[in-house]
Amino acid sequence: MTPETILTAAEIAEIQAELAHYPSPSAASIEALKVVQKHRGWVADEPLKAVASLLNMSPEDLDAVATFYNLIFRKPVGRTVIYCCNSVSCWMLEADVVRERLSERLGIGFGETTPDGAYTLLPIVCLGACDHAPVVMVGERLCHDVRPAQIDAVFADDVGPASTASAR
Amino acid sequence: MVGIVVDGEPHEVPAGGNLLQSLLSLGLDLPYFCWHPALGSVGACRQCAVVQYRDENDVTGRVAMACMTPVAEGLRIGLKAPAAVEFRAGIIELLMTNHPHDCPVCEEGGECHLQDMTVMTGHTFRQYRGLKRTHRNQYLGPFINHEMNRCIACYRCVRFYRDYAGGDDLQVFASRNQVYFGRFEDGALENEFSGNLVEVCPTGVFTDRTFSAHFTRKWDLQTAPSVCVHCGVGCNTTPGERYGTLKRVINRYHGDLNGYFLCDRGRFGYGFVNCADRLTEPMLHGQPVTRAEGRARLRDVTFKGAIGIGSPRASLEANFALRELVGPENFYAGCADADYAMLDTIRRVLASWPVHSPSLREVEGADVVLVLGEDVGNTAPRLALAIRQATRNCMLAAAAELKIAPWQDAAVRELAQQVRGPLFVLATTGTRLDELAEVVVRRTPADIARLGFAIAHALEPAAPAVSGLSDEDRQHAESIAEALKRADNPLVVSGTGSGEPAIVEAAAQIACALSRRRKQPASVSFVVPECNSLGLMLLDPKRLGKALESAESGSVPAAIVLESDLFRSARTEAVESFLSRVGETVLLDHSPQATAHRAQIVLPVGTFAETEGTFVNGEGRAQRFFAAMSPRGAAMDSWRWLAEAHPRHDWQCLDEVTGACAAAIPVLARMVDAAPRADFRIDGLKIPRQTHRRSGRTAASAHIDIREPQPQDDTDSALAFTMEGDAFDAPAALRTYSWAPSWNSNGQSIAKFQDEVGGALRGGDPGVRLFEPVQRGAAPWFTEIPRAVAAEPGVWLTVPRYHVFGSEALSARAESVVERIPAPYVALHPSDLARLGHADSVELNWHGFREVLPVLADDTVVPGTIGVPVGLPGMPCGPCPRTLALRKAEPHGSGVST
Ligand code: SF4
Ligand code: SF4
Ligand code: FES
Ligand code: FES
Repeated sequence: MTPETILTAAEIAEIQAELAHYPSPSAASIEALKVVQKHRGWVADEPLKAVASLLNMSPEDLDAVATFYNLIFRKPVGRTVIYCCNSVSCWMLEADVVRERLSERLGIGFGETTPDGAYTLLPIVCLGACDHAPVVMVGERLCHDVRPAQIDAVFADDVGPASTASAR
Repeated sequence: MVGIVVDGEPHEVPAGGNLLQSLLSLGLDLPYFCWHPALGSVGACRQCAVVQYRDENDVTGRVAMACMTPVAEGLRIGLKAPAAVEFRAGIIELLMTNHPHDCPVCEEGGECHLQDMTVMTGHTFRQYRGLKRTHRNQYLGPFINHEMNRCIACYRCVRFYRDYAGGDDLQVFASRNQVYFGRFEDGALENEFSGNLVEVCPTGVFTDRTFSAHFTRKWDLQTAPSVCVHCGVGCNTTPGERYGTLKRVINRYHGDLNGYFLCDRGRFGYGFVNCADRLTEPMLHGQPVTRAEGRARLRDVTFKGAIGIGSPRASLEANFALRELVGPENFYAGCADADYAMLDTIRRVLASWPVHSPSLREVEGADVVLVLGEDVGNTAPRLALAIRQATRNCMLAAAAELKIAPWQDAAVRELAQQVRGPLFVLATTGTRLDELAEVVVRRTPADIARLGFAIAHALEPAAPAVSGLSDEDRQHAESIAEALKRADNPLVVSGTGSGEPAIVEAAAQIACALSRRRKQPASVSFVVPECNSLGLMLLDPKRLGKALESAESGSVPAAIVLESDLFRSARTEAVESFLSRVGETVLLDHSPQATAHRAQIVLPVGTFAETEGTFVNGEGRAQRFFAAMSPRGAAMDSWRWLAEAHPRHDWQCLDEVTGACAAAIPVLARMVDAAPRADFRIDGLKIPRQTHRRSGRTAASAHIDIREPQPQDDTDSALAFTMEGDAFDAPAALRTYSWAPSWNSNGQSIAKFQDEVGGALRGGDPGVRLFEPVQRGAAPWFTEIPRAVAAEPGVWLTVPRYHVFGSEALSARAESVVERIPAPYVALHPSDLARLGHADSVELNWHGFREVLPVLADDTVVPGTIGVPVGLPGMPCGPCPRTLALRKAEPHGSGVST
């Protein structure tokens, strides 16, 4: 099977465009995976193999990249992905309890998706906002200084822009 | 040397190394995982912690990783410092949080580096009470088992498999506690060095699947030092037996040869020894007879004036015994005439030309490599692995300029990225090393030879010139000659694989031209087909074709065929006619093969695992191998059958045959030094083949006889089939297994037997090099340069192709290897296939027989040639014809001629 039978023309064109920015095809791994994820929501085995052959890599080499990064999904995810930071600053400020509250409220654990396909809960390494630990990212929205008692605020639709959102 | 202080004691260590290697070389024990002498340091596991002090006033120090610390004059460290001891125990404890407690059912147990290191750090009590992370295991093919839960994430496997051996289907997935070492999906690990994962992985993640099928603990195996029989490289191995079954083969470290690694053919090919259809009883016209009867028949046949056909896979001793029995004038080589011609050239060049035949360690040191007409990766895999390392020398040189030590593995690779040193591959078809080559040129065999001769001329004008070369080839010749001239350590590699004698001559010519320019012998490595091809040639046999011809005239009353299948070495028709004209044929062999069906008398002999003798590898190194077990049924050493039939010789043991051979053949005079004689003793005892921990000695055969059987005597060697004696202090050539107190794993315990970790074995690496370069010989140039061959319509020039799995007959019988053997086929260039009307299969005229074979399109095939895989089961018999007429095979009725 050739990449053409698996990837769409649009995906291939976008990947080719990324390739032009790098000295070697494998350097475009992440960008190429992001293209597929943008179109499909996640990266399944067959598209991954197709991308690997476009980049002249073995599927192993590309999958090593794909599985290393939390932001590339190798399984289907919900419409909104909630990332719960569990690195050291957040951990010291009760990130575990935040995660427990989130799990209770959503009825799912890390790596799981709610039955209605709305939310997926994932752990993530330091989000770079340690001074506002504990931190949770909902889709592309960063929630900082999250208090376990007020976990509903994380889901509030009326929170402001990412940089100022606060669940306090 | 520099002076360092360890726990207050001064020591001298070689400058430039890392501290871990230096400490181990001093004989001190320091736990480690991620470091490996052949792979260098990455500082990943944090296990090798020591305390490093600024100066003699510093009593606190800081924790440092020994493998990442360069040794320098005045370096002060504490191995036993409490901070270091505690740190190391903590690391093991962390590693063990996820490690299952399954030692009793783990096949690594008893030779596990993780067990050893855990005991060494004193971590004997588990505090962790949490869940352990678990993984799904993969099916990795017939050779390797996968149990990922045992992984400690040291990264050795991927560093070996990818960085060292060039495999790309093993990777690290995910991150943190979840890291997973495996393939993208289930399937055989494709790299032909995958078996080394079994020894490289310090835990039981990767284990030998063939061993698993009939598992025995390391300490219960009966083992002996041996030499691989599956190609001409001669890697050192340790076969292990229990209950009459050969259980496995592992690497036996040799500093100059295979180092720490074997290829998968060598490791897993042993299965042929256990095949149920082995020849085990003497047979007369298909009926079993006694040993005495067999011996009597062999005497009769000899008396009639038999000729002898020697074997490229039998020992020197067996071949010499046959030569003595029939007389040197009646001794022939059991290999194809084309191979004979090439081997004859190789023998002459090594013996009398000013060229050097390098060891694999020297190959690894080459800075410019030219491969001429040989698919080394498939014909001599371990040599190809050494060439792969040689292509890294430019990286190491670049690193050295920045003062990065060669053992700083991650830094060197980061610096050099994919930069590879000059490797030129001039080949008759695609080869396994092409991916590493700066230049790949594919031509017909004659044109490759012509190109080679042109390179020799470009290096040294006194070498004959080649006329009528294309402009492109002239440029190739010049640029390759330039690169070779600039090299400090140039290396030419060639061999018998192409079937074109002129290629071997051209390779010798290039090396000789280089030697003259450099005024010192240049290196040339020749790949020979089998484990003792060169040894056989040193006994000066006549070519097989002569034997076949003389039988035509009816003058051959009988023939004794030693461990070879004539149907592989000559045309079926010629062999048939030979066998029918010869009065009587005796075959000595261990496995069924075509000649066995035709011989009137078949005498069973032992395989490498059951017999003893000496092989000469392609380098010209004579190496002794020893029996790990006794032969089945009535089988015995070939030499013994032949010696017993001899009317005058009264050889009782191997040493006598070895001695007689050395005395009779001047070039083999030193073969007696390949290993100590059978009367060698330590404290009056022989060297034990069994470990001091062997279990069940009195029970193993109690179901047959309650009395413990008397250990079998071995009159041929200084090894005994017992547990009594000192295996630890044995000289390297007699070391039956590698074990030292606290070090149970094969790969790591060997450090206790090396001069310096990763260096030569103490007392010298075993074996005797038979050829040293003739310093001033004016070698006569080869002057017969082949003409370019123009393709004739409808006739294809054949080009042999090789497969690691399948092209070698003995390993192809091993059950696990069978799964990896390709189906028979022939290969054509896509344009030629198009001209044939895109056939799926073709009909060939093979020595007069009509054969139909599937055809593959392969754009590495030179147009006008047809690639014919050698030796694959199911391929037509006999050496590949030089040309083939072929046409598209039609499913029904007549073919379409082209
Ligand atoms: S599989 Fe073995 S070699 Fe590979 S990282 Fe795990 S423990 Fe190390
Ligand atoms: S390279 Fe040759 S000698 Fe070495 S292990 Fe492989 S088959 Fe055996
Ligand atoms: S540790 Fe959570 S944002 Fe840095
Ligand atoms: S051996 Fe030194 S850090 Fe692993």
